[in-house]
Amino acid sequence: MTHDLVVVGAGPAGLTAAVTAARFGLRVAVLDAGSRAGGQYHRHRAGRPPAWPPLARLHTVEHLAEHRVWAVERTADGFAVHAVAGERDGGPVTVTGRNLLLATGAYDRQLPFPGWDLPGVLTAGGAQALIKGNGVAPGRRAVVAGTGPFLLPVAVALADAGVKVSAVLEASRPTPRAAALAPHSPARVVEAGRYALALARRRIPYRTGRAVIAAHGDDTGLTSVTVARLDADWRPRPGTSTEVACDTLAVGFGFTPQLELAGQLGCATTPDGFVAVDARQATDLPGLSAAGESTGIGGVHLAEVEGELAGYAIAGRTPPRALLRRRAALTRFAAGLRALYPVRPGWSSWSHADTLICRCEEVPRDRIEEAARLGADDVRSIKLLTRAGMGWCQGRMCAEATACVLSDVLDRPIAAPAPTRPIGVPIRLGDLAQGAS
Amino acid sequence: MSELRPSDVVVIGAGVVGAACAHYAARAGLSVTVLDRGPVAGGTTGAGEGNLLVSDKEPGPELALALLSLRLWAELAEDGPDFEYQRKGGLIVARTGAEAGAMAATAATQRPCGVTAHAVDAADLASYEPHLAPGLAGGTHYPQDAQVQPALAAAALLSSGVRLHTGVSVTGFRLGRDGRVLGVRTSHGELATGAVVNAAGTWSGAVAALAGASLPILPRRGFVLVTEPLPAMVRHKVYAASYAGDVAGDDADLASSAVVEGTPSGTILIGASRERVGFDRSFPVPVLRRLAAQAIELFPFLAGVSVLRAYRGFRPYSPDHLPVIGPDPRVPGLWHACGHEGAGVGLAPATGHLVARGLTGKDPEFDSTPFAPTRFAEVSS
Amino acid sequence: MTGASEPTPVHPPGADHFRIGVDGRPVPVEAGQTVGAAMLAAGIRSWRTTRFAGKPRGLFCGIGVCFDCLVTVNGTPSLRACLVTARPDDEVSTT
Repeated sequence: MTHDLVVVGAGPAGLTAAVTAARFGLRVAVLDAGSRAGGQYHRHRAGRPPAWPPLARLHTVEHLAEHRVWAVERTADGFAVHAVAGERDGGPVTVTGRNLLLATGAYDRQLPFPGWDLPGVLTAGGAQALIKGNGVAPGRRAVVAGTGPFLLPVAVALADAGVKVSAVLEASRPTPRAAALAPHSPARVVEAGRYALALARRRIPYRTGRAVIAAHGDDTGLTSVTVARLDADWRPRPGTSTEVACDTLAVGFGFTPQLELAGQLGCATTPDGFVAVDARQATDLPGLSAAGESTGIGGVHLAEVEGELAGYAIAGRTPPRALLRRRAALTRFAAGLRALYPVRPGWSSWSHADTLICRCEEVPRDRIEEAARLGADDVRSIKLLTRAGMGWCQGRMCAEATACVLSDVLDRPIAAPAPTRPIGVPIRLGDLAQGAS
Repeated sequence: MSELRPSDVVVIGAGVVGAACAHYAARAGLSVTVLDRGPVAGGTTGAGEGNLLVSDKEPGPELALALLSLRLWAELAEDGPDFEYQRKGGLIVARTGAEAGAMAATAATQRPCGVTAHAVDAADLASYEPHLAPGLAGGTHYPQDAQVQPALAAAALLSSGVRLHTGVSVTGFRLGRDGRVLGVRTSHGELATGAVVNAAGTWSGAVAALAGASLPILPRRGFVLVTEPLPAMVRHKVYAASYAGDVAGDDADLASSAVVEGTPSGTILIGASRERVGFDRSFPVPVLRRLAAQAIELFPFLAGVSVLRAYRGFRPYSPDHLPVIGPDPRVPGLWHACGHEGAGVGLAPATGHLVARGLTGKDPEFDSTPFAPTRFAEVSS
Repeated sequence: MTGASEPTPVHPPGADHFRIGVDGRPVPVEAGQTVGAAMLAAGIRSWRTTRFAGKPRGLFCGIGVCFDCLVTVNGTPSLRACLVTARPDDEVSTT
């Protein structure tokens, strides 16, 4: 059966789009890798859904949970979405639709530093997922570090789960211009203020211009981190290092969009590496739309607005003008917010010759530098010569860092290329072979 | 970027074939500049498995080239930087008695040429490959078949004695009144040289056209699946007896028979489909499915193994499936070293060796007329 | 399997609580939790070693992207512990 619309991703953007389109009578399927709809933001424990309206209308769409989409293809009259159902014992499934909406979201961007591979070092999103989705506190004593406003809710969630949070370390110094953003999104400013208050109430210090530049541990994992003050380029200021005992580090430096499915279809991307969409969330390929973080990091409110717009547009309806205005305001706010938390190049001075850049293939920094000296001057060549980015995660954790190390060696900017991943997520050969002719 | 300087030889293409030509020309005492519009091993080389095969070649000029190459790769592996040279051996398996008979007959013709080929009884297959599917009719073991990591190999060949400029496109030739090569024009300026080696892989036809010569090199698409890293499960390069027919085949449609092999990094590579579809960059799911099914047919345990990635290469092929190696009499000073299809890594050192001998006026070690660039023109005129 | 020597949390008995085995050691689970979350709650921070340097690995990204937390459940290898929802009597083997 061909659906009118297939949505990949049941987070704020994808599910909002799905239920909006379903309200206009479209037959909609939503595939998501998670076992419960909601995505990262509305992640929740089994049987305890949050009061988010689209979840209450989940029954109006065909929700395919635990469906890992590994490939999307164009067909004569739309799209074929190839997935494996069930994380452990499922089989291959192909869902077809006349329209396809990619709402694949984003994941925490990571920057390598000595010890970032120790157990106990978690991404900020991972720490939050443990708490929100499982009710499990990742440890007893935590440091939250990185950059961006997302660190605040993570610290609050950790504290509320009973973890002693020593500090939130924001590498940037974002305060001076923050006020200028207020007109665009009062709700977000109120939210930020609420988090600031929440941190203060829990006696969690919020320190800017500081970062965890190394993690230390033993056989069991993390035991402490080195914290340093940073200059404007994020180089540690000499003599400012202190050691902080902790068993958990939640770290994130903004977000990286999940673009493999968009890349498989070959739709246009923006110069800064997101899926390019028009005012109706349509890409440059007929029938293909995208919404949410994969079209630009903008947070939950913007993702929902984009999803709703996409739902209207795909159903052939004219969206309310208020919705368009709201998106414009939220987009401006998001751009301003991103500008407050740029990743500065000095982070690469945190890593040493033996610091792993690629965790999967265990490729340290000096092997990448050696390959660069052999003549590899792009990320793909580095991969071919060192295996950095060839492992299980397919460069999701290291491609940007590899590009930065390369930039250091060659002394000119090197961009991480848009991902080319014809196998979007690993698939067992037996699942792949089913249906072979 | 350092300045382009006049050289005895300019090699266009920093893939494994260009790298080998540059390496042997430099060893012969010539000054060599290598130009590539992309990075080292950015084309077919970087999308290959690094096969050094004699097992899939019938007696003839390509087998002679492959045997010479095997000797040269072994020498290079001893002297130079590491590029994961592994003399792992090939194992061809037959599913039916008829296939086994044909396979044995092929081996009998290969042996007088210097190929070592051991017949393997069905009962003995498991001692070569413990995880092979049961019920196969027999096999042939080719201990000379070997493998290198192609990108590392190309980088190693370019690591000494050669001036390398990546990110430089050749935009034209400067020819004398007599039509002889005087230099090349590039995106970064002009470069004087008396000899140009066209090792541009699938783009060799376009490079030849810049010098006013036609060369019928076309792309043939292939895919390779790469599994998760595992403890060593597959020891040889293992393929079904029908593979050699696909390699030589002229069918424009998909030809595929899985070649399964382990790598030093623990991943298992599953190749090799072949399609003549131009530079179509898509990854058609049916082709990937078929490769997976064929691999499982050879090694049933693979059904439970995850594939992490797939990569695609465009192999440069000529109408008679033989490489094009030698001087182009239409444009004195222009040499071709291209059209190796899926065997470029295997044939690279011998190709470089032949070209270097020619450039320094020495006779080739064996008859290279089957590779002559003019052979296509003669057919059509 | 390595981990801090923390006491195993005791959960009240009930329909939404069960146990899984981790290398034979009982680990309590609340229904809906992932295998990885249950192990972490039991003080198990790593359950895999890297293939070159033998370094311990456990949860990192926590949302199915990094593949650091691969684990074998009921004999099926290479499952992401952060995504696999635990089921009663699951047997997890670590390496």
